[in-house]
Amino acid sequence: MKITRNEVEYVAGLARLSLQEDEIDALTSDMDAILAYVEKLNELETHDIIPTAHAVPVENAFREDKVRPSLGTAKALQNAPESENGCFRVPKVIE
Amino acid sequence: MRSKYEVVIGLEVHVQLSTATKIFCGCSTDFGNEPNSQTCPVCLGLPGVLPTLNRQVVENAILAGLATHCDIAPRSIFARKNYFYPDLPKGYQISQFELPICIGGYLDIETEDRGQSRIGITRIHMEEDAGKLIHPETPGASYSLVDLNRACTPLLEVVSEPDMRSADEAVAYLKKLHQTVVFLGVSDGNMEEGSFRCDANVSVRPVGQKEFGTRAELKNINSFRFVKQAIEYEIERQIDVVEGGGTVVQETRLFDSNTGLTRSMRGKEEAHDYRYFPDPDLVPLIISKEWVGQVRERLPELPEAKMERYISDMGLPRQDAEVLSGEKAMAEYFEACVELHGTPKTCANWVMGEITRALNEDSLSIAACPLAPERLTAMLKRIDDKTISGTIAKTVFQEMWTSGKSADEIIEEKGLKQVTDTGAIEKVVDDIIAANPAQAEEYRAGKKKLMGFFVGQVMKASKGKANPQAVNEILKKKLAG
Repeated sequence: MKITRNEVEYVAGLARLSLQEDEIDALTSDMDAILAYVEKLNELETHDIIPTAHAVPVENAFREDKVRPSLGTAKALQNAPESENGCFRVPKVIE
Repeated sequence: MRSKYEVVIGLEVHVQLSTATKIFCGCSTDFGNEPNSQTCPVCLGLPGVLPTLNRQVVENAILAGLATHCDIAPRSIFARKNYFYPDLPKGYQISQFELPICIGGYLDIETEDRGQSRIGITRIHMEEDAGKLIHPETPGASYSLVDLNRACTPLLEVVSEPDMRSADEAVAYLKKLHQTVVFLGVSDGNMEEGSFRCDANVSVRPVGQKEFGTRAELKNINSFRFVKQAIEYEIERQIDVVEGGGTVVQETRLFDSNTGLTRSMRGKEEAHDYRYFPDPDLVPLIISKEWVGQVRERLPELPEAKMERYISDMGLPRQDAEVLSGEKAMAEYFEACVELHGTPKTCANWVMGEITRALNEDSLSIAACPLAPERLTAMLKRIDDKTISGTIAKTVFQEMWTSGKSADEIIEEKGLKQVTDTGAIEKVVDDIIAANPAQAEEYRAGKKKLMGFFVGQVMKASKGKANPQAVNEILKKKLAG
């Protein structure tokens, strides 16, 4: 086994997912299978190859520093479940 | 006991770039507008959008890198820093991780306690800012408000080496960095609006120990004064912990400017795990030598070079040169005066003297000076051509400062023209000597310092308008005879 239940619970925590016991079991074996599959890549000699950050050979896509119209407050908040004074309203967060 | 410990400080500074638009979209970066009015699908983090890099941000980053003696990376990439917080709509911040744009620079600083030091700069990277959270003060309010106008605003994060050994050094480094980015024009450096923010990593270790002590990270410090206070408090706190037989805990602490104390941030005990990975939406940034060369040509003259030029080309004393070159707006004002007037030392005296005094009195910065260099130097020319004396000039200056009138108008209206007509001055001198026979006798008997008394009397009688040199000469002649 490459993946333990603890690791699944840890990653779920980071992703703010709450999982049922049986889901944790299923995900543990799924993720284990995925890692075992990807493991095959380690058989390749990649010593002199620059890590690939992007699969498409494109570089330097820029925009000029020119202001374009924004959506505006009303449109920006249109899909917000709750809003107040032009702001998104969210459950209280404390530092 | 304190001297048994050495302090180690490293700083992370977030510099907001003064571009017109955000780093990955065309929304305006203006400060202080209606909440969420400067947002679009990209900075709101809506699905299916594509961030596109603002070219100006890259140019500004290169400028900052060159001015701090960094290498500019020929290839750098953007990464996603993953965490959840309501001010970060995408659930990740676009930043740079493994391959930042600038690497390995330094700034030279000077402090009274430690002399000259070179502070290493590990890296400078580009990233987007988060939005602003508002916590309603209503008791029992169970919600927070989010304004995303600031989200996606371009930042440079400048990370120093742990090279500073005192709070004063940390402040000197910060001031130097602040001065540099403002002179470069890449940031307005406005600390109240959050354009220049600092986190400090502070640790202590027994003198002679090689390994660093455990550090605390101080957050939320937004003025030079608070940086000094926060670090000094933290040093004392850590030494007390160690002296008391305890161990310093690695943690994030918030500085409270009301109490001058730092306190541990609750609920952050779980280690951050940001799971950085290359952002597939942003293609690699390739910076050619030619591009770096073009940006290098646009590097403005920085304070150190200015100071040297003021000393060697203009012949100013070091102290004057340092003051005048230290602030961008000040240097621009002074150089405009020299350009118009021609005598650097005269301009330096007025800018550092009357101008600075009047600005302080009215709590103005030199950028908001009501007296343009043209008006000031027009008056200085009236001193040069002897229309007014240096003493009267101060009266004219004060009037110009408040009225907006030109020097010539004021001299004309108030009849402040200097009297150089020796006949007229002789008459005043005769009257004064006649009115003060006892002092004249004492002067003739050898009490030469009474000359000052006579000059004062004559100037008073002439309402300051008599030419001082002429007064001196005539007095000497008449008193001798």
